[in-house]
Amino acid sequence: MEIKKQYWNEYQKEIAQDDYFYERSCIRQTFFPGSEATFLNILRDELGKKIVDDPKIHTCTGIGYHSDIVPFDTTMTICARLFSLMNGAGLKNYVPSCVTSFGIFNEVLDTWKHYPEELEKTRVNLRKATGREFEVPDNIAHPSDIIYNFRKQLKLKMKYQLVNRKTGKPLKVVEHIGCHYSKIFAEKSIGGAEFPHVLAGMIEEWGGEVVDYPERRHCCGFGFRNYLVMANRGYSVANSKKKFESMKPYKPDFILTNCPGCAMFMDRWQYTIAEMEGTTYDENGKGIPVLTYEEMTGMLLGYNPWDIGMQVHQVQTESILDKIGIDYNPQDKYVGVSGMFLGEPEKPTNLVV
Amino acid sequence: MAKIYDLLVKDVRFREGLTACMNCGICTASCPAAEFYDYDPRKICNLVQSKDEEKIVALLKSDTIWYCGQCMSCKTRCPRGNAPALVISVLRKLSQELGYFTESEKGRQQYAINRTIGENIVNIGYCVTVEKIVPKMHPEQGPVWDWYYQNAEEVVDRLGGNYMKEGPGALRIIPKESIDEIQKIFEVTGGTKLSNTIEHFSEDKANELEIPFNSAIEGNDYFNHVFTENSNQHQK
Repeated sequence: MEIKKQYWNEYQKEIAQDDYFYERSCIRQTFFPGSEATFLNILRDELGKKIVDDPKIHTCTGIGYHSDIVPFDTTMTICARLFSLMNGAGLKNYVPSCVTSFGIFNEVLDTWKHYPEELEKTRVNLRKATGREFEVPDNIAHPSDIIYNFRKQLKLKMKYQLVNRKTGKPLKVVEHIGCHYSKIFAEKSIGGAEFPHVLAGMIEEWGGEVVDYPERRHCCGFGFRNYLVMANRGYSVANSKKKFESMKPYKPDFILTNCPGCAMFMDRWQYTIAEMEGTTYDENGKGIPVLTYEEMTGMLLGYNPWDIGMQVHQVQTESILDKIGIDYNPQDKYVGVSGMFLGEPEKPTNLVV
Repeated sequence: MAKIYDLLVKDVRFREGLTACMNCGICTASCPAAEFYDYDPRKICNLVQSKDEEKIVALLKSDTIWYCGQCMSCKTRCPRGNAPALVISVLRKLSQELGYFTESEKGRQQYAINRTIGENIVNIGYCVTVEKIVPKMHPEQGPVWDWYYQNAEEVVDRLGGNYMKEGPGALRIIPKESIDEIQKIFEVTGGTKLSNTIEHFSEDKANELEIPFNSAIEGNDYFNHVFTENSNQHQK
């Protein structure tokens, strides 16, 4: 047992306890803005932590970098500016919302560690372009690392568990941590690429059952240029399809995602496959709902599902609420910030909503 | 011109990504692109470390280097810690700098990415935002996205955002000071130069192919051509 414990220690990482600088994600704030707001609310209101949301932050260039239209020198210097903003806020713990950003920052820091001349070049470039100086963070943690770290404290505040109210059995959850969370630098993630535990730890702590299916570690299919260009999207949907077919026999209640891109693709490609060929991956034609980890946490804390963004998924999420026994108001689902009813989205041809 | 291999080695990512590949093939076994396309990262590493100038130039002009999806599964699995996906990034950079990217169908697509993601970064400070994901260009997004897109401010702000307004919050306007500094960083570090290079060689290729080319995306036949062309000659 001691040896096992020692072995598992290699798959842990240091996560700062407080005083965070938050970097918003282009994809998460575009597709799931409620998830970012929910994370900030949880940290501030439930855990009493300090986290700064600086309006001066911007993209890390990650999507442009991985689709090769942004040089590495540019990306390193953009990251340096973001670190400079963190320094200006008097903070040392950097929290990038996006998994692509998380990979970018780890790549940049690893490069600077092994090639100090690249760090010096970046300092010169940033100074020349902006007059700024910067220091690297003491700690980089993905928001899911932080939720994972405080999962036991959060459990004490939760109104619900991942348990089917009628059967009393745990909900079966498929989790997907996203390639750039662990595949570039396994030691920067919880569990590495081989034993993904950041989402599994939340699911198990909060009453659910993790489904370990064959293609659990396969890419969601984003593939950067393989989605950004319309002609290439067959690559993207084919990879998601491979995962759906692999998870289907296990009849999961929902898919839980770490990366905002993965959440979007695994939702939208189910719609696309249903419309293209009539295939869905559940028994009633509705598809397998996809949640972000922030949505799952907020939902279990008892937040209004329509305030945290559970209505902006194409595969409908009510089946999860119904199974757990969470009360919600269907009339409130499509209401905007002004209180106005915004009308309902059109219904797909094949996917049941 | 310096030897192609010497240009590759100049990039720190090439030195980090390829050290004595033993051609075991585990990168190919775990590669999503290798499963979908006629693509084999093992062969690419082998070819590049052969230092055969002629073959490397042919590679830079081919579709092959554009298939990788940058998932980095290869880095996880390589027993020697190599990263074929990093090697690919360096090959792509060189292909663009030398103008070879316009010789292949997949390479020509860089023009569309530069005109969308590239312009978004320097003009608004985001890679993407809601208004950039136009439903007609993204039919896969479905009717819920269409609803969201039509009601963006109402929906985003209900979800705690600050849609296209000043101050903190999701999808806020990024302040001019930040945009100005992003643009200066691009100028100083070669980002602007690369963007202009992609534009320049793409215009030349459009003229060669006699496809109308202009500075806007709307009504730009060359943009539509590279964004949608699929010869379906990419699978095994």
